[in-house]
This record gives sequence, structure tokens and C-alpha cells, in this order.
Amino acid sequence: MLRLAPPLTLTLLIGPVLAGLIGVLALAFGYFPALGGTALSLDAFAEAMAAPGFARSAWLGYWVGLAATAIGLLVLALFLAGWWGTRPFAPIAALASPLMAVPHAATAFGLAFLIVPSGWLMRLISPWATGLDRPPDWLIVNDPAGWALLAGLVIKEMPYLLLMALAAIPQTAPAARLNAARAMGYGRVWGFLTAVFPGVYAQIRLPVYAVIAFSTSVVDMALILGPGTPPTLAVQILRWHNDPDLDMRFVAAAAAVCQLGVTAAALLTWWLGEKAVAWLGRKAITMGRRYRRDSVFRVLGFSGFAVIALTVLLGLIALFVWSVAGFWRFPDALPDRFDLMRWVERAPLFAEPVFNASLIGLAAAGGAMVLVLASLENGHRRGLTASTRALTLLYLPLIVPQIAFVFGLLILALWLGFAGQFWAVALAHLVFVTPYVYLSLADPYEALDRRYFAVARSLGKSPARVFFTIRLPLMLRPVLTAFAIGFAISIAQYLPTQLIGAGRWPTVTTEAVALAAGNDRRVIGSLALIQSLLPAIALGLAALVPALLFRHRRGMQH
Amino acid sequence: MRRFARAFALAVSTFTAAVSGGSIAIAQSSPDPADWPALLEMAKGQTVYWHSWGGATDINDYIAWVGDEVAARYGVTLNHVKLSDTAEAVSTVIAEKAAGRTEGGAVDLIWINGENFASMKRQGLLIADNWAEKLPNYALADTANKPTLIYDFTVPVDGQESPWGTAQLTFYYDSAVLDTPPTSLASLADWVKANPGRFTYAAPPNFIGTTFLKQVLYGVIEDPEVLAGPVEDADFEAVAAPLWAYLEDINSHLWRSGRAYAADTSELKNLLADGEIDIAMTFNPGEASAAIRADELPGTVRSFVLDYGSMGNAHFVTIPFNANAKAGAMVVANFLLSPLAQSKKADETVWGDPTVLNLDALDPEDRALFDALDRGPATLSPDQFGETLREPDASWTEPLEAGWMRRFGAGG
Repeated sequence: MLRLAPPLTLTLLIGPVLAGLIGVLALAFGYFPALGGTALSLDAFAEAMAAPGFARSAWLGYWVGLAATAIGLLVLALFLAGWWGTRPFAPIAALASPLMAVPHAATAFGLAFLIVPSGWLMRLISPWATGLDRPPDWLIVNDPAGWALLAGLVIKEMPYLLLMALAAIPQTAPAARLNAARAMGYGRVWGFLTAVFPGVYAQIRLPVYAVIAFSTSVVDMALILGPGTPPTLAVQILRWHNDPDLDMRFVAAAAAVCQLGVTAAALLTWWLGEKAVAWLGRKAITMGRRYRRDSVFRVLGFSGFAVIALTVLLGLIALFVWSVAGFWRFPDALPDRFDLMRWVERAPLFAEPVFNASLIGLAAAGGAMVLVLASLENGHRRGLTASTRALTLLYLPLIVPQIAFVFGLLILALWLGFAGQFWAVALAHLVFVTPYVYLSLADPYEALDRRYFAVARSLGKSPARVFFTIRLPLMLRPVLTAFAIGFAISIAQYLPTQLIGAGRWPTVTTEAVALAAGNDRRVIGSLALIQSLLPAIALGLAALVPALLFRHRRGMQH
Repeated sequence: MRRFARAFALAVSTFTAAVSGGSIAIAQSSPDPADWPALLEMAKGQTVYWHSWGGATDINDYIAWVGDEVAARYGVTLNHVKLSDTAEAVSTVIAEKAAGRTEGGAVDLIWINGENFASMKRQGLLIADNWAEKLPNYALADTANKPTLIYDFTVPVDGQESPWGTAQLTFYYDSAVLDTPPTSLASLADWVKANPGRFTYAAPPNFIGTTFLKQVLYGVIEDPEVLAGPVEDADFEAVAAPLWAYLEDINSHLWRSGRAYAADTSELKNLLADGEIDIAMTFNPGEASAAIRADELPGTVRSFVLDYGSMGNAHFVTIPFNANAKAGAMVVANFLLSPLAQSKKADETVWGDPTVLNLDALDPEDRALFDALDRGPATLSPDQFGETLREPDASWTEPLEAGWMRRFGAGG
């Protein structure tokens, strides 16, 4: 049975993935009879690349995606190195879950509400400190170079990496290693970075790659924070795809293939960077310096994470204030009056979207969890990593621009007569959820000490018994975290829900995205908060349940 | 590499052949609105999925009200599928066509106009038998005085979409900040230069941005008549040169020095509310008043139009060729044209979208519905609007947008 898990996973998902890919490629090369394209050609590529600002658009996604990942990882490394195992670490790091729960668009809106020249920060210090009663004409958000988008990506992705790292750390025997390094006279930060962090990084490598893929191709955050003249390539693809001139769909698909190249180039750059850092790191280690005076780096790590956490939280508060605001004129620090009735009036409208989103999310995350665990367990028992390697194909949905990808998926669903049905939506979500669940679990799965299982088997326990009584309890934290992340990913899906669901399954996200198009900040505020609520509950449970279950087991409390 | 290419071509052709199911069958005949009682019978019990932009709560609430009414009156269930972009509905219909689904489609009704309509019409994605003009309430539409109801962005409507509302490019400002707004193009340019950072427009190809280009073009062009013909018949570079000159002239004095633009009308509204800019523009003449009521704009906001007239157009609802509930969709479209639904839509406490009906031709009691409406403080009266400028021929849009993009949209 178990042997069938990887092929089952592949067949269940490869069909949609291939359909999505072929849909993109066929359009990109000009073949789509329903729109009058009957011959293969490269015209769409030529047209995409000749568009004004194309090279700049591609460059924007590349550099912003790489820089966001690098900064996020740097803050993570310094924060862990400076503070892991200390008394304030656990409560502060626990913030990672709620921060991670805030959807991308909500994070971006929150940040924008804070930092635009007429935003909350400026209102709080005006006019008494600035002397301004009109907002200054400063280009902060939507800046042509993409700095605001970079900031948004860092505050969104760093908590995700932290969450992944927290799930991975226990597998690396951190206390023993750090103690050994300290005993040899190494400073805390340098000791952690050289003795513990490489092991952690090895486990969160796939999530890091996912962050690069995501950051180079993100659409929603780039629409809110990113430049417009020209926009990032991912946003330009959306514009072309939504162009009323249907011939532009070919150009959009060709650009989507180019976007794939941008993401691949970023991943390759990162991979080279990994080599360079590893080489430099080894050099530095052999020099044997202890770097004991490291308080600057501890402060940097702490303040880096503190700024990220505070920004997201303040953004959430700004969203809430807007959601209940009456008229709010600049430079008033607060609206002229508050209107809580809007929440009360709107509450019944949220019931169905919340219910649908939860149901689809549970189905997709649950399905992905079963498939991934079965595949990993099969690989583990057979000592294969090869069959699970094939599953890396499943990452394709993460790196192909979604708007082009989902279109092919939709045609497949229509052709099979599935569009509009609940499980078709759940299956479409599964395509995007499974990679995240897989990359959250794959490395922790391998990292667990195999001797536990050898001992259990030698005591006569069946493999199934070993899996359920040893493996799952030991891995409860990463498994629950992966499930909650899968759930959060499902909640955030807009296009697959709207298109594959044929509009029959309104969720919190379809409502939120549709209403965000109208730019009404009061509505955006309330919907972003509701959209954050479901993932927050899931991630909260994923953190709480192991803490409660293992409260008497010291070895499990990292 | 060759082998890969061949395998790829094979995969593509099998896939697309499979999904297109050979040739597209001719769409089944649609219900006939000329026989209205039979159509009402057919519509009873149907569920209509209306795909439309869902970005405004007041419009969403209005559509929900329409749903209650058609359920009570005709037994039609209306589901509003809220989109962030009409292109999503177009995508669904195209995908259905590609998958050979010629009936039972997911989309029954679409809120549409302009280029989206032109594209769907050209690709044969709509019901083609002039259904809209056969709707009983179509006779009330003011087709005689509102050519925009017959030519949607100059494309003949041909009864393939049913009129729903009209729009006119309207500017608004906060009278507490700005005493007298500039109402000519020359004075607007002077004002922008004297007040740097206080004016912007939405970046084309956004709807309102492209319309602003056309509005300025009308104001600077020597002979507006060339705009009525296809762009191929005119010397585009020469015709558009004064437009680019005008925009170049004000560009560095715009909000953010012209390095970023607003995304759409609603962002312009937010910018005005925050005091970032002093003049904003919209397509809905009632929007400013509605926004004052909704606490989105200060009560001192007022509207104006430019002195040489303003761009006007209409918006519609249409039915895809493969809609599942065509009869139900026609019942909804007809109800949207009723004096009750139109007057409610024109009510600024509800939405404030101008009617498409000919008020002079209505029964006295229907007319009274409109006469009872209050105009908000920021809404111009009909005689303050001046001339309605016709949309240039549809072929002008693309070169205008591309020209803008090259000059202002790709510089970084």
C-alpha cells in the first residue's frame, strides 16, 4: 500500500501540474485555437520582450526577491545566534506563528498604512513634531526601485523562516553543540553560527528556496507596495493577462515563461552564493578566532526581529483602526469618530466565506499531509530518497506564475467536467499546498535520529507501529506546523478558488481580494483581519498542542 | 533538443486537441425575449451567477437588493460572484470555449463595457441574436439622446449587451483647500505648475487613466473629427504630439514628481481624502457625494468638469454564449432596466450611478421615483455637465496607452 504513495501523489498532482504547464507553454508559443492561435511561433516572446520596461521589470523581481531572502535569513541567523536558549527567546520567538498567519496582502496593506507620507506614523508625529498639516510629497511606497516591496517581503518572509527554523532546531542537538563551542571559548554568536546554524540551514534550505521563488514572482504585495512604472514582471504578466485585448493572453503566457527564467536565475544565484558563503565560512573557522565581543551582533539580531514584529503588529492595529474609522483627516492621529457598527452589520456576510475557506483548507491540508507523510515514510523504509526526489516536480506550481498556470488547470477541470465542484477546488488547492507541506517536513523527517526506529524494530514492533507510536509523536511539532502552514496557504488562494470553483465557493480571500480592488480602507481593514484569523487559529493550535502534550518532557520542549 | 521540441509539440497538440474536443459546436439557440411570458416561465427556478467587479460595498449591497427583488418577483435566484477584475469572467468563458463546453457554462451574466465587450463580441463569446433590444424594458432606455447606449466605446452594441448605467468624467476637489478649481486645460496646467505635487492621474491602461488621456487629447487636438475614424487613417504621431507635449509639460510637477501614479479612481479618492492631492477624478458623477455620506471624503468636496465637455460612456450587462441560465439572466437584465431598479441605483444613498432611462418618456409615477431623489452637495446638476465628448474610435486606445507607457510608464 505504502509503496503506492509516491506514485499516487505524483499522479494526483502531476496531472494538474502538467495541465497548468502545458496551458502556459501552448499559449506562450502561440497555440490556442479558441483564441485563433493555430501555429507554433515565437511572436509572443518577441512582443513581451519588446514591451517598454521589460528588462527593468525582470530585473526588479530578481533583485528584490534575492535581497528580501538574504536580509530575512541574515536577521534570522543573528536573532537565533544571539538569543536562542536565553530566557526571553521562547516568548519572543512564539510571535513567529501569529506573524506568519497574517496574509501577504494584509501585511502589505498594514505596512503601506504605516509608512506612506499620509500614513499613521506621519500622522502620529504631525503636526507637533514635523510642523506639517499636509502630507509631504515623498515617494516611499511604489518607488521605482522596489525598496518598499523589499521591506514588505522581509517582514512577511522572515517570520516564516523563523517558524521553519524553530521546527528544525531540535533535530540538530543545538544545546550540546553550542555548549561545546562556548566551552572552547567561542563567542555566543560566532559559536552558534558555526556549530549550530549550518545544521539548521540544511533543514530549512527548501523553505528558503520557496521564499526566493515566491519573492521573485509575488503579485499581491507587488501590486500594493511595488513600483508601477514599470511594475515587476509578475505584475506585468497579470496586467497583460487581464488586458481586454485577448491576444495579450499569448504575451502574458510568454512573459510567464520568462518569469520562470527570472526565478531560476535567482535560485541559481543563491545556490552559487551558498557555495561562496560556505567556502568563506570554512576559511573563517579554520582561522580559529573566537569573536567573543559580539554584543553588537546580538543587539542587531534582536532589534532586527523586533522591528519586523513591531511593524507587522502595528500594521495590524492600523488595519483595525481603519476598519472602525469614521472620516480620518491628515494629520489627525485618530479618526474623528469610531464606527463599530460596521463590523456588526457585516458579520453575517462573513459566515459563508469563513465556513467555505475552513472546509477547503482542512481538506487540502489534510490531503497534502497524508500524501506527504506516506511518501516520506515509504522513502524512509526503503532507504530511498530517489522516489521522493521525483516529488520535487511538485515544486513547479510554486515557481510558475499562478495566473498563467491556473488557466491551464481550469481547462483541464472543465474538460473533465469538475469545475465548480467542492473537491475540484480542494484538489486545485492541494496542488499549491502539497509543496509547502512537503518542504516543511522533508528535512525534519530525514534529520530525526534513525536509531530510535532501529531500537523499536529490534524490540519487535511493526513498521506501522513504529510510525504511529515513535515517529509521529517525536515529529508532532513539525507535523502540526506543516499542517497549519498548508492550511494557511490554502486560505490565501484567490485564483484557484475563483476560477476552478467557478465562483461557487466564495471564501474570505475571494471576498477580500474582490473588495480590495475598490481600495476602501475600512473594508480592507476588516477583511484583512478576518483573513488573518483562520491561519492564526491553526498556527496557534500547532504551537499550543505540543507545548501542552510535552509539558512534562524536557527533551521535547525546544 | 530537437527531440524535446518534437515531444513538446506533440504534447501541446494532443492536449489542446483533447481539450477543445474538435471544433466548437454552434451555440444552442437562446430563449427568445420577444415571447416574454414564456421566458418568465423558463426563468422560474433558475439560478443566475452574475460575475461582476466586487470592489465597492455599496454596489455589492445594491446587487444583493436586486437578488432579493428578482427572487420575490420572478423566482430567480441571483448569486453575485465578486471579481477583482472582469477579465476573470472572460477567462472562464474562454477556457470553457477551449474545453468545448458550449452549454451549461459557469457565467450567466457579466458587468461589462468598452474593450472587454469588444473583445468578447469579436471572439464570438456572447449571445448574438440581439436579445437585449427585445427586453420589454429596453424601450424605456434613452437610446435617442444617449448614443453611448448604442455604441459602446464606438463598437456597435447590436443588442449583445443590455444598458445598465452611464458615466461621465468628473473632477472633484476639496473646496476648503482649493477655492476655485481650474476648468480649462491651460489653467489646469498653470495650476499644476503653481502647486507642485498636488495633481495626478491614474496610470493607463487603467480605465480612468486612459480616459484622461483621451480627455486631454480632445482639448489639444486641432481637428477632433479625426478621432471618429480609425487610427490607421490618421497620422497618429502628429495628432498625439500636442497631448504628449501637454503631459510632458506638467509631468515633473505632478504628485511624486510623476515617478509614481495612482492605480485607479479609488486610490485617487483616498489621496484626496488624505490631503495628498487637491484634484481627483472619477467616472461616476455621484461618487463624491456618496463618498461624503460614507465618511470617505470631507463634506466640503465639490465637483467640476472641464469647459470643453467631458468624456462619457455607458456600462452594460451581457450574457455569454454558453450561459447556463440564459432566461434567468435576461430576467435580471430586464429588471435592472426597470424604473424601480434604475431609480434606486441613481439614489446617492444607495450608489448614485446615473440612469440610462429617458425620464421624459416615463409614466408619472415612475418619473416620481426619480424626482424624489436628492442630489448630494458634490453632484453637478445635468445642465452643469456641458457637452458629452464621444469616445474616439476604439482603435485609438491601444496606441495611446502604448505611447504613454513608452514615455512615462517605463522610465523607472
